[in-house]
Amino acid sequence: MNECGRHVVKNSKKIMEAAPFMIPSLLGMIIFSFLPIIISIVISMTEWNGLDKLDIQTLSGSFVGISNYMNIIGGKEFWKVLWHTVYYILLYIPLVLICSLTIASILNKNMKGIAVLRVLYYIPVLTSWVAASLIWRWVLSPQYGILNQLLAIVGVSGPNWLTDKIWAMPAIVLASVWKDMGFYGLFLLSGLKAIDTGYYEAARVDGASASKQFFSITLPLLTPSIFFCVIMALINAFQLFPQVMIMTEGGPNGATQVMVERIYTYGFSYFEMGYAAAYSWILFVIIFLLTLLQLKLQKRWVHYES
Amino acid sequence: MSHKNKNAVRIILFYLLTFGIAMIVVIPFFWMVSTSLKSKGAIMQIPIEWIPQDPTLDSYKTVFTRFPLVQAIINSFGITITYTVVTILSASMAAFAITKIKFAYADIIFKLFLASMMIPTQVTLIPLFVIMNKLGLINTYPSVILPSLFRAFAVFLLVQQMRGIPNDFMEAAKIDGAGMFRIYAIVIMPLTKSAIATLTITTFMECWNDYLWPLLMLSDKTKMTLTLALNSLNGQYGTEYNLLMAGSLISMLPIMCIYAFAQKYFKAGLMSGGVKG
Repeated sequence: MNECGRHVVKNSKKIMEAAPFMIPSLLGMIIFSFLPIIISIVISMTEWNGLDKLDIQTLSGSFVGISNYMNIIGGKEFWKVLWHTVYYILLYIPLVLICSLTIASILNKNMKGIAVLRVLYYIPVLTSWVAASLIWRWVLSPQYGILNQLLAIVGVSGPNWLTDKIWAMPAIVLASVWKDMGFYGLFLLSGLKAIDTGYYEAARVDGASASKQFFSITLPLLTPSIFFCVIMALINAFQLFPQVMIMTEGGPNGATQVMVERIYTYGFSYFEMGYAAAYSWILFVIIFLLTLLQLKLQKRWVHYES
Repeated sequence: MSHKNKNAVRIILFYLLTFGIAMIVVIPFFWMVSTSLKSKGAIMQIPIEWIPQDPTLDSYKTVFTRFPLVQAIINSFGITITYTVVTILSASMAAFAITKIKFAYADIIFKLFLASMMIPTQVTLIPLFVIMNKLGLINTYPSVILPSLFRAFAVFLLVQQMRGIPNDFMEAAKIDGAGMFRIYAIVIMPLTKSAIATLTITTFMECWNDYLWPLLMLSDKTKMTLTLALNSLNGQYGTEYNLLMAGSLISMLPIMCIYAFAQKYFKAGLMSGGVKG
């Protein structure tokens, strides 16, 4: 047998050996990932309603090309929904970064009682969004909720939060910051721990104040961690869903409608599967572009310790 | 101000800040527990009762009697445990074949796995619904469990772990005449214990807390998971917050218990980036 033939035999033997180990994953990948991706692309170019039988005849009968995509991008609603997400991001990212950075700085100190806090901060992260949304809906209840009662103590009359067009999105941001700050705090904490304490000692010798140390040492050296958190937060922001669904259902008057909520509503309430599928691909493109953009920008403002 | 005084002020400020943030975290939970111990009338009191004046466990009794909550707890445990076991088995087997058998196409397959992670779950939502419908699996447990067969992230995490295991371990076992399954089960799996533990805990948590997929799949009241039961409790008794808060607390308990015992793995799991915050 020549060299090449031996190679083929060895290869096929290895494939036979690997097959039983790979079959579950491969089957799963084909049925639950590849096939759905293809079906999704096809459906997105039809007006299929989800109820008619799904076969070539129905699909070709309801084929509309890229008009679903054009209708979405050309319509007013999409831009409104996109603005809601941008608005959410503008409020959420600075707030969650400040809170999680504070948490990380606190946990980084070796003071008494910190161990208890360490356990505490992660509890919202572990809570399901269904439970967390219900808790927050009740916290935000205009009359009987605890937040407006606390505001009343300092003489502020709290808004109707979730039923107020202006305050519904900020209310969702509050709940999200509360739920996520421990998560991002965890990453920032490990970033803080990685900073060489020698820098601080040198700064102290030079007489740098605490705030100066924070802005010239901590913040620059923490940028890789912060950057990572921002990417994750952006991607998660576009996938905002359960809290909106349970706290406002997109209301009041559409003020908290976001992309995934629209996909769900078009697909499973209005049975406009084609339109919903096209929506989901636009979401994919946005997330994909964001990831690329961030990776490009990363080089400019992220300081990696060499 | 003297240096010592300045330091004292700083420490006091630090503790105040710490206390403030701790309160932000705690108050909603405190409010949940407090509300769950109130009667229907007491939750609508003004001024609000921070601590219930007549604490009662009625809400807990009511949610259990008016709602098939015991069934939901059993369903949640059954689904979550099966889902987690299937994820771990399927992913570790694939990772083993990719890193240790090194068959032709292993690299391409692994790259495909990684590429599939780029697709957000919302894109496959509608077609997956269609596929489950075709397979006649809607409203059955397998519809929620089967997607665990392919979890690209789990494979990715385990491939990284297994790459670090020297091949000498395998060669030694091979010389002793061990087959591939023996090597996988007896040599490689024990060496990836901590990655497996991390993955087990995060998968468990994700599946337990999952909302959208089970919501689409399971509409039958007797098949619901605890999260769905809580959701439908919300649909039925949307304003009876004493019941909703009792239900929320019950749904949180299992994860809290696991967290208490396996903090280390929870953190490792969150840090691995596999769980969406």
